[in-house]
Amino acid sequence: MELRKEYVNELARLMRENDKIVVLDADLAGAGGTKPLYKEFPDRCIDVGIAEANMACIAAGLAAEGFVPFIHSFVPFVARRALDQIAVSVCYSEQNVRIVGFDPGVHTTSNGGTHMSFEDIATMRAFCNIAVLDVVDGVQLRKALPYIVEHKGPLYMRFVRKQTDELFDESYQFRFGKADKLADGDDLTIVASGTMLFDALEATKRLQGEGYSVDLLGIHTVKPLDEEAIVASARKTGRVLTAENHSIHGGLYGAVTEVLSARCPTLCDAVAVRDKLTQVGSLNDLKRDYGLTADDIYVRAKKLLATK
Amino acid sequence: MDVVQFSKEIRRQTLRCLHSQGSGHVGGSLSIVDVLAVLYSKHMHVDPKQPKMADRDRLVLSKGHAGPALYATLALKGFFPEEWLDTLNKLGTRLPSHVNVNLTPGVDMTAGSLGQGLSCACGLALANRLKGVKRYVYVITGDGELQEGQNWEGAMFAAQKQLDRLIVLVDSNKLQIDGATKDVINVEDICAKFASFGFDAQRVNGHDFDALDQAITAAKSAQNGKPQCIVMDTVKGKGVDFYEAMGAGVHSTTVTDEQYAAALEELK
Repeated sequence: MELRKEYVNELARLMRENDKIVVLDADLAGAGGTKPLYKEFPDRCIDVGIAEANMACIAAGLAAEGFVPFIHSFVPFVARRALDQIAVSVCYSEQNVRIVGFDPGVHTTSNGGTHMSFEDIATMRAFCNIAVLDVVDGVQLRKALPYIVEHKGPLYMRFVRKQTDELFDESYQFRFGKADKLADGDDLTIVASGTMLFDALEATKRLQGEGYSVDLLGIHTVKPLDEEAIVASARKTGRVLTAENHSIHGGLYGAVTEVLSARCPTLCDAVAVRDKLTQVGSLNDLKRDYGLTADDIYVRAKKLLATK
Repeated sequence: MDVVQFSKEIRRQTLRCLHSQGSGHVGGSLSIVDVLAVLYSKHMHVDPKQPKMADRDRLVLSKGHAGPALYATLALKGFFPEEWLDTLNKLGTRLPSHVNVNLTPGVDMTAGSLGQGLSCACGLALANRLKGVKRYVYVITGDGELQEGQNWEGAMFAAQKQLDRLIVLVDSNKLQIDGATKDVINVEDICAKFASFGFDAQRVNGHDFDALDQAITAAKSAQNGKPQCIVMDTVKGKGVDFYEAMGAGVHSTTVTDEQYAAALEELK
């Protein structure tokens, strides 16, 4: 199922249980998938028009009165256009606003260039007290939502609207701030967030086929990061490769190396966007061009393994 | 205490607060004292003992740098001890230069980065509507602040959602940091602008207590599906001659021992 459908179905269920949840859109209720909620909850769904800064502050006002507003748009509009509003009226003001960004990084595809953002994790992560989530699939999204409603403090999450790949099954349990261990090994640690987890899994299988044992950590909560899991894995393997659909500056690679440099200095490398302008293209072409494929993970993993 | 005396006392306590730091946003604090005096003596439905009372009127001080004037008002109303006024901007204070909803009893929204207050107030007004709370949300903005485009996003939204319990009070002191507002980027005709955005808009002398009282009363009773705007013609640094005479420089200036003593003498 498309993530936006998983999202809206679960949000509708939660809205039936909890009359404090409010949905705000900035003229993308149709594209983002929240439109059906407007019929069932006309009072608690608000389309502010093309005015993301206004939306962030309206949400802050609602949150100040005890509501749990979810604001939505494409990543750069909800997370970048409204950055000062998020900094001051949401984060500094300690309001329980949920900031939901659609189609992170390369997933913007044909809307790329202006609509593509590789810096959202870095900017959000730098704000005090905000939680930052990079979601991999629909099951994870659905299982995370009940927690997201209850979380205390601001929260930013990004996911792909239309993606249909599935990693987890119904037995999956979402644990905020905890890594998902997807493979256990001693030779190399791969830490991947969001949809890069699919590629990381593929690369891991290939490496395993060659006889390497890989510790694979899936990260949905980039902040607060599961430091213990990362340090424990780095101690075991001595080599860490991160993979993220984001700039190499300040995202998952930044978060992981901040922890390791202080607690367990380890040789690391990153599969991430290396200071390259945003652009349009098909998903596969963009992934190849930015070096975000399973192949890229495999090649960098082999280079790290060769240093042992 | 009648409103005239109350306003005088707010000015004295505002300057006390700023004097504790030796400098600060003197001009824009003094220009809103009279409307604060009218609001908090005649209109704001609040309880200092229950600052978070659900059934209360809210005030968003969008020009958050005028915090000292609001702090003086709230202290005089009994929201917190007057001694707090001597702690402005000291590390760990409950009274930061720009207002913070989480630090100060009686402050309903954080503000300071200009242009965000009207949008936040729209959120408060919507929340009241969802909860069935029939109270008013006041916003005080500066006139220079209206150069921030987000105000007009908020204004369009308020009109669209018929937030007629939202009352925007524009402190039109006609000065901003870099000079006269008309010389930097002219924001006039403010009344016509808000009217064209779907507000009921009035213009009053922002230092005339009766005019302010009547305008606020009219805005509260309108209840016609239109958000309300009152443009207040004010004087930056109002109430202290040498501050009034400073022009744009009064936005952020000193309150030395000598200036404080001279100001108190004038405000006797």
